Amino acid sequence: MLKLSRYVLYDILRSKVVLAYTLFLFVVSFSLFQLEENDSKAILSLLTIVLIVVPLISMIFTTIHYYNSYEFIELMLSQPLSRTRILMSEYAGVALSLLSAFFIGVGIPVLLFAFDETGMALLFTGGSLTLVFTSIAFLASVKARDKARGIGAALLLWFYFALIYDGLVLLVLFSFSEYPMEKFTLLLSALNPIDLGRIFIMLKMDVSALMGYTGALYKDFFGSGTGVLFTAGIMILWIIIPLWLAIRSFKRKDM
Amino acid sequence: MIRIENLAKRFKKLQALADINALFNNGEVVSLIGPNGSGKTTLIKSILGMVKADSGFIYVNGRQINGDPSYRNDIGYMPQIGRYPDNMKVEQLFRMMKNIRKVPEPELDTDLLVKFNLVSIFEKPMRTLSGGTRQKVSAALAFYFNPGILILDEPTAGLDPLSSEILKEKIMQEKKKNKLILITSHILSDLDELTTHVMYLQEGKMIFLKDIGSLRKETGEDKLGKAIASIMRGGKKEVLWINEVLALKATVKTD
Repeated sequence: MLKLSRYVLYDILRSKVVLAYTLFLFVVSFSLFQLEENDSKAILSLLTIVLIVVPLISMIFTTIHYYNSYEFIELMLSQPLSRTRILMSEYAGVALSLLSAFFIGVGIPVLLFAFDETGMALLFTGGSLTLVFTSIAFLASVKARDKARGIGAALLLWFYFALIYDGLVLLVLFSFSEYPMEKFTLLLSALNPIDLGRIFIMLKMDVSALMGYTGALYKDFFGSGTGVLFTAGIMILWIIIPLWLAIRSFKRKDM
Repeated sequence: MIRIENLAKRFKKLQALADINALFNNGEVVSLIGPNGSGKTTLIKSILGMVKADSGFIYVNGRQINGDPSYRNDIGYMPQIGRYPDNMKVEQLFRMMKNIRKVPEPELDTDLLVKFNLVSIFEKPMRTLSGGTRQKVSAALAFYFNPGILILDEPTAGLDPLSSEILKEKIMQEKKKNKLILITSHILSDLDELTTHVMYLQEGKMIFLKDIGSLRKETGEDKLGKAIASIMRGGKKEVLWINEVLALKATVKTD
């Protein structure tokens, strides 16, 4: 599998988009740490980047890459290689390049300026979100018939996870504000990897003190070892399930 | 050897293949003939596993194809339109294929590579190659691993007369090595000297599969084009495609 991924990686590096992405992340993270007096404030600003930009770039890049390597995939299909292996190699190549871009671009500044629990939580969340949204983008591109639909679907999914979902949660919380909702909101957060990541990092910060009773409940849960395991488990599910669905649909596809 | 049993495939409203039964043996050169959209490429792609049939079975060298890709080790495929990764150089393409197929160096067939003088363009990226040169690369790749079965989809379309002749000679040579060769082409005069069997498809249905000797005897025609035309005239009235071709040729000549 790694043999094929090598060619995927080579192709990605040739296009230089990932290089630009790395540079962008590095410049933004570095200047945030330089501008803000307080490192935890910088982390808070960086959090927005990680939660909004990382999923967006991961999805768009993956979708465009998939359609650009259509020829490569077609060529591989006529060779003695299984479809699962072809798609997994593509995933490994894309995920590896995006992950290294993130860990170089954000990881190095965080290690230099904010090497603590919050910083680690940020890196963990960013890394997981990269893998999750690469996986979701693969599902969208395999399912969609052409490039325009694929990129459209990826953008819509990003809108949903990054913006619309929060609105829906607020709506639910307001309509049922009479009832005890704490456990339920915990469940809701698991249904959106971006939300889960945000809560996971916020509770490592001092600002969580401002979040009142719910915050206290959350802190109790996410602060414990179970919380970390819960977050990691849900993230892994978010990586595996879309990828599994993508492979399943790719196996049945007519090329 | 390829055996096809009750193969059927439907794309939405279009019945691409309907109940195809056929047996192709080693040492045969089978020409797949039929108008555009008659299912030739779909049949080829089904054999390669790129299109998943709705029903029916395909056996390659006695083994049913059902997900295990290893049977493709014995197939060389030249696609109708060879599409390759843009950034990949010709040499890299060949090296990658060698890596995938793991055929020992002395068993490689570099005949076409030499005759088409592809070594001189080894350093060029695939995207800079003309359509004809790309065809040459496709042809060289199909023969490269010395497979027992060759599937050539419109092999001479887009090639200059000299290269076309080289390719035909190569096909003749391989035929003598007791290989099974499947060819689709609209240029019937190209097939004349090569073919041992003719399979005629129309609207996804197999109209006939005959060896060239009995075809000639039955029709009293020596040329493949005329032989098929006369079969069509004697047989089904609605099948007039071949007449149109011949009529067109006649008008062109009189002009």
